[in-house]
Amino acid sequence: MERSTLNLWVGIFVLLGFFSFLMLAFKVGNLTAGGSGTTYTVVAHFDNIGQLKERAPVRSAGVLVGRVRSVQFDPVHYNAEVSLAIDSQYQFPKDTSASVLTSGILGEQYIGLDAGGDEKMLKNGDEIKLTQGAMVLERLIGQFLFSKAQEGGASQGGQK
Amino acid sequence: MPLDATMRGIRLIGERTLRIVERVGATIAFLGLTLAQSATSFRRFGLVIREIFYAGVQSLIIILVSGLFVGMVLGLQGHETLQNYGSEQSVGVLVALSLVRELGPVVSALLFASRAGSAITAEIGLMKATEQLSAMEMMAVSPISRVVAPRFWGGVLSMPVLAMLFSAMGIIGGFLVSVVVIGVDDGAFWSQMQAAVDFRHDIVNGIIKSVVFGIAVSAIATFEGYEAPPTAEGVSGATTRTVVSSSLAILALDLVMTAFMLKGWN
Repeated sequence: MERSTLNLWVGIFVLLGFFSFLMLAFKVGNLTAGGSGTTYTVVAHFDNIGQLKERAPVRSAGVLVGRVRSVQFDPVHYNAEVSLAIDSQYQFPKDTSASVLTSGILGEQYIGLDAGGDEKMLKNGDEIKLTQGAMVLERLIGQFLFSKAQEGGASQGGQK
Repeated sequence: MPLDATMRGIRLIGERTLRIVERVGATIAFLGLTLAQSATSFRRFGLVIREIFYAGVQSLIIILVSGLFVGMVLGLQGHETLQNYGSEQSVGVLVALSLVRELGPVVSALLFASRAGSAITAEIGLMKATEQLSAMEMMAVSPISRVVAPRFWGGVLSMPVLAMLFSAMGIIGGFLVSVVVIGVDDGAFWSQMQAAVDFRHDIVNGIIKSVVFGIAVSAIATFEGYEAPPTAEGVSGATTRTVVSSSLAILALDLVMTAFMLKGWN
């Protein structure tokens, strides 16, 4: 085969590959959702994180604002220490609260941030003080049964 | 007598195992030899471009068509199962993750091994059988740097491109079946996919896999061709061995790499 035709075909081949790479990166993957790229890290302590994993989303008002960087057990406070990498373009007040939430009934767990009213903003390395851990189904059922039993006991006591 | 038969059986197993290990070792040694004599391929890049044409461009049709079909099947099956859980919109996630992480690199490498790997083996084997390689040596031209290395690099460079094309076509196929034909919501299909597929952990890892498969298939194909007995039977046997061993190598390497990639490299 002639050299120029060969080059043409290989050129087409490489271009096709390049375009499919672009499609995979931008249309299929999340390269566009990377935001500004720079993040700042804040720490939050939870009494229970449920099934929260590294790289789980951090959302505020439903919008993705960052990702969970690491999940560790804190041997001093005996709870879970979660560090969150939040996109630098989103600033949150110092008294922002964080809670572990579940998307849908069987969905993945994520961290929800509710902004507070403080005028100072969270900076790199700060800690979110107001946290609420994950709801554990067994405990929820336990509490429900307990309160039901108490109600029953109270009403019986009233009849006497 | 029965003891004798048992001993013979065990000896046979040992012999087979040793032969396989020897074969793997020889292939890796040959890969090292190819890499050491690769300078010519990059100085005269035209040689590699020629091989990219034969290995890559001519595999385009089979890769694109199979990618489309695999994606369509994934779309159909995924939708069928996911709708039981009322989450048929996640079909995009299913199609994209299975293609980008596994099926894209693996299936395209299997197709590449049978389409291009076997051709490389047959070509080099026949060159050897017709004593073209010896003739080159007589003229002080190294057959490894002139014949083997360009084919090796052509395969290594083509493989990731083919794998990406396979994944992209598969996702288009899944899109056609689930959105256009079945009627899953268009926006949810793409946005859930984008939320679930990570560039570094899914797409780049898939490309790394396909590069490794490209190296494995090309090394096996050139080695089998170069070592083929110079007879018609020898070349046909070598071609078969290329397809069998590269398929096994692809699947075994995939298992190892997947285990590492899911765990993180530490």
